Amino acid sequence: MRRTVAALLAKDLALELRTRESVPAMVLFTVTTYVIFHFGLDRNSVDGDLAAGVLCVTLLFAAILGINRLFVAEHEQGGFDGFLLAPVDRTALFVAKAIGLFAFLCVVELVAVPAFAILLLGPSLTQALPGLVAVLLAANAGIAVVGTLVAALAIQTRARDLMVPLLALPLLVPVVLGASRATAPLFAAGGAGALAGNWMAMLALYDLLFALIAYAVFDFLLED
Amino acid sequence: MPDSEPAVSLRGAGRRYGERAALRDVSLDLAVGQTLVVFGPNGAGKTTLLRMLATLLRPHAGEVRVLGSALPDDGYAVRGRIGFLGHEPLLYRELSGRENLRFHARLHGVATERVEVVLEHVGMHRRADDPVAELSRGMVQRLAVARAVLHEPELLLLDEPLANLDPAAIARVQPLIGASSGRTRVLTSHDPVGGLVGADVALGLKAARVQWLAPAAEITLAKIAALYA
Repeated sequence: MRRTVAALLAKDLALELRTRESVPAMVLFTVTTYVIFHFGLDRNSVDGDLAAGVLCVTLLFAAILGINRLFVAEHEQGGFDGFLLAPVDRTALFVAKAIGLFAFLCVVELVAVPAFAILLLGPSLTQALPGLVAVLLAANAGIAVVGTLVAALAIQTRARDLMVPLLALPLLVPVVLGASRATAPLFAAGGAGALAGNWMAMLALYDLLFALIAYAVFDFLLED
Repeated sequence: MPDSEPAVSLRGAGRRYGERAALRDVSLDLAVGQTLVVFGPNGAGKTTLLRMLATLLRPHAGEVRVLGSALPDDGYAVRGRIGFLGHEPLLYRELSGRENLRFHARLHGVATERVEVVLEHVGMHRRADDPVAELSRGMVQRLAVARAVLHEPELLLLDEPLANLDPAAIARVQPLIGASSGRTRVLTSHDPVGGLVGADVALGLKAARVQWLAPAAEITLAKIAALYA
């Protein structure tokens, strides 16, 4: 399984480096959205709940772009058949795609979070950073697991671009809720508070739950 | 698999796409090392038959056994023993031929050295680092042949395998996928003369049904032409 996951990941990374279809689009989307918020809210800075909400919701919408493209190469260039003809555990495809999406989200956030801090965030990012990294990693895991499952479902339909947001957004509400509630104290106006442990736990539980669901059903999604 | 067991065995096999039957009631046996050539007009069910044998489609009726394993339940056991060459090359356009073959080699647990061997066989070693998107259709087909035989499969499923190939390329790939490869083969063809070369058994399909199934030596060109009438 590890060998297969590594092969799939290396292939996806090579494809992304050649085509630059997902990550640059996601980065551009997040930065543009923060610029729009900057002018749209008519405020120089935000903090607390509002800051956490703007950060997390924007990252979620950026993730939708990546989720939409997750299986496009497999679908359009025969990658599904090539994979299904190999004597490998089919769950490896789910694991590789989820890890790939997780990595893409992390790269996007390396640009998006500093951009958010510059364009919108009032309180210091430095104080909030350790907690924020933990929240974003947990949120990325949830988005990657749910997103991969949804992308595998949607790619089989003709209205893929419509199906992904329709299916993913409701399923990702708990992730956004957990992430933004956990982040809000970190962006408090008076300085970073403690990470909301209960929301982090909820986020981790949701990640685990969906990882188990995906593990159980992914094979069936690949059946004709 | 016992020696006496056929490499491919179908009993009343069928497949539907929604309400439409793509293949009905196909029964045949193909011994190890033999070649079955399938003729039939577009939409006759040839590709469906190959994809079913390749474990890519589930049979909706009857029994299908490939290399001693019942499909679809034991599909896992035969996947690595089948080489499938369909209409699509199953290669990523943005990756080079070598990168594509190395990827498939890793999936099949094949040593990287084997990639260079098959590239040499199909005469693509000089263009192996070019992206597939920049290659001609014939070159892509040669890479697809290399991909199909990379893991040295026992059973070859070939959907019009010589399409887009020039005579020199055909001569290059024959030792890999031709009768001289020694492998059990199921291939589709629209070429009545070329298709029968090296074939042991011939199957005529039309409108998802078997029209005839006979030793290749007994099949006349007129019989094949009648399928397309």
